Amino acid sequence: MNADTVILILVATITAGVPLIFAALGELVVEKSGVLNLGVEGMMIVGAISGFMVAAESGQLWLGVLAGAGAGMLMALIFAFITLTLMANQVATGLALTIFGIGLSAYMGQAYSSVALEGIKSLHISLLSDLPVLGQLLFSYDPLVYLALLLFPLLVWFLYHSRGGLIVRAIGESPTSAHALGYPVIRIRYLAVLFGGAMAGIGGAYLSLAYTPLWSEGMTAGRGWIALALVVFATWRPGRVLLGAFLFGGVTIAQFHVQGLGVDIPSQFLSMLPYLATIAVLVLISRNAKTIRLNAPASLGQAFHREVH
Amino acid sequence: MMTNPFTTQRNPRLKTLLGSLLVASSLLLGTAQAEDKLKVGFIYVSPIGDAGWTYQHDTGRKALEEKFGDKIEVKVLDTIPEGAEAERVTRELASSGYKMIFGTSFGYMNPMLKVAKTFPDTHFEHATGYKTTDNLGNYNARFYEGRYLAGMIAGSMTKDNKLGYVAAFPIPEVLQGINAYMLGAQSVNPKIEMNVVWVNSWFDPGREREAADTLIDQGADVITHHTDSTAAVIAAQEKKKYAIAYHSDMSKYGKDAHLTAVTHHWGDYYIKQVQSQLDGTWKPGSIWGGIKDGMVDLAPMSDAVPADVKTKVEAAKGKIKDGSLHPFAGPVVDQDGKEIVAAGGNMSDEAMSKMDFYVKGITGKLPK
Repeated sequence: MNADTVILILVATITAGVPLIFAALGELVVEKSGVLNLGVEGMMIVGAISGFMVAAESGQLWLGVLAGAGAGMLMALIFAFITLTLMANQVATGLALTIFGIGLSAYMGQAYSSVALEGIKSLHISLLSDLPVLGQLLFSYDPLVYLALLLFPLLVWFLYHSRGGLIVRAIGESPTSAHALGYPVIRIRYLAVLFGGAMAGIGGAYLSLAYTPLWSEGMTAGRGWIALALVVFATWRPGRVLLGAFLFGGVTIAQFHVQGLGVDIPSQFLSMLPYLATIAVLVLISRNAKTIRLNAPASLGQAFHREVH
Repeated sequence: MMTNPFTTQRNPRLKTLLGSLLVASSLLLGTAQAEDKLKVGFIYVSPIGDAGWTYQHDTGRKALEEKFGDKIEVKVLDTIPEGAEAERVTRELASSGYKMIFGTSFGYMNPMLKVAKTFPDTHFEHATGYKTTDNLGNYNARFYEGRYLAGMIAGSMTKDNKLGYVAAFPIPEVLQGINAYMLGAQSVNPKIEMNVVWVNSWFDPGREREAADTLIDQGADVITHHTDSTAAVIAAQEKKKYAIAYHSDMSKYGKDAHLTAVTHHWGDYYIKQVQSQLDGTWKPGSIWGGIKDGMVDLAPMSDAVPADVKTKVEAAKGKIKDGSLHPFAGPVVDQDGKEIVAAGGNMSDEAMSKMDFYVKGITGKLPK
């Protein structure tokens, strides 16, 4: 394997990780506020079709991205209403949201599976993109990739260095205390869930508008579930979520390269590797049970009722 | 446009919930309405969509309806999972007067076999299987014939003598395609090399895309696929390489990339079988039709393909039609140099249906 191949693998790794980064970082914020939304796959796929529809109808790819975010938020709003206002079980509601989203997206997308769309293009920054090695490694992506990479530091800053993030985390740890201190628990959880929905929607729209600019049923192919798993295995730490997403993308791409080069390992085994490697690495770096318990929001998945508490 | 509730109910889970009620009620109504019409049922494994395996079967179904009009009544059930659900749906169709039932996925074989035993007067047709009974026939197409021709085009169009193949699962049908494509390419270009990447999924646009990108990154400049989405064609278009599509013409997804596609055509077969049912002459067949039966073809070759290549391919197509050219004509040599078919012979249908090797020139080992 020469240097060129390594660069190609790295570049492909970054883009393969992007839909996971959006969805998983969104879900991280949701879970930090103490809400468990298992509907990520459903929000992603509705984001994918909504983004694709709007982009196909308007010809505006960026309007499509916004629509994907909006559709994800609408899906999240349904979830928030049922779990936060009506206080239904979060696990069941999240699962229902995924099933609903898969069905809804198939219904919405009936007329769009035949539409060919020019996807969001990679940027070409003159001079910078032409630099050897660095140009390709740093300046050859589409804008959504940079957005995903920008989201990470913003989120870290928000969660750990801002008052808003402190409130979100406090609510996730102890909604009762936060409520006693006067913070609007339900309202902030709503906001967190809506943010998570928007991010999942953008993750979906990234697939249908940039990664594989097409619509076909079930095209998210379980990436929402992988994003959910990343959050848990990353023990609710943004840095590890990012690492997990790249690791998953990287091993996926690398296993295709290994196959293409004709290495004598069964492809079925290689197909399993991204899952295995991601879990193994994330388990290894978080093998201290105490830190996991410290990181998991204490009220995760529990309903909060003002009057009862 | 079908007004069948099933074509709009795409989610298998929702369908399981609603399915029994809908099938029961609509079929009851159906039997009451038209006793004299031949009722024909189609069961598809995936949504119809705009391109791909099920789409091509549905195009055949449309041709059938156009041909017979009021003489038949057709019902389509799509997105029916293989296994227990397929058996239930088949049984309900049979018990409500559907005299001909076409099931178009390999995994329907055993469910259909089971139902066929309890409905001896109903005729069942299963696509791509290998079991037959008195009232269950099967049909399949020699896709590899189209692959051989497509390989000739790929072998002529590659500049770097390197082809890429995105494959789903290592089963004989997929291997027939891979090997025939390679032999076709080698017939016009002895220096050709080919990489195969297995995605272990029939349908996952993201992975198909990643696999195609990988092959391109490794130097392949003509990509083909044996998976269901248009992702490989899109990848080739974006990276300014060539692509040869599968199942359906996918030219609109890669206007510069798309050289041709190996396409499936079931309409004539459906018409012929329904006609024999109407005539009372239906027999359970075991049909493996190819180019000469009109079941496999090439989509129009793009302008990028030079005229002399087109002529050569058309000539080979004529020879496959009249039987003078067999894609697996000897000598066929596998990767390890073992002779599979001796010079002068053709590979038997039986041997092809058990294919489990790569021909010489393909990089890498076959996953087993």
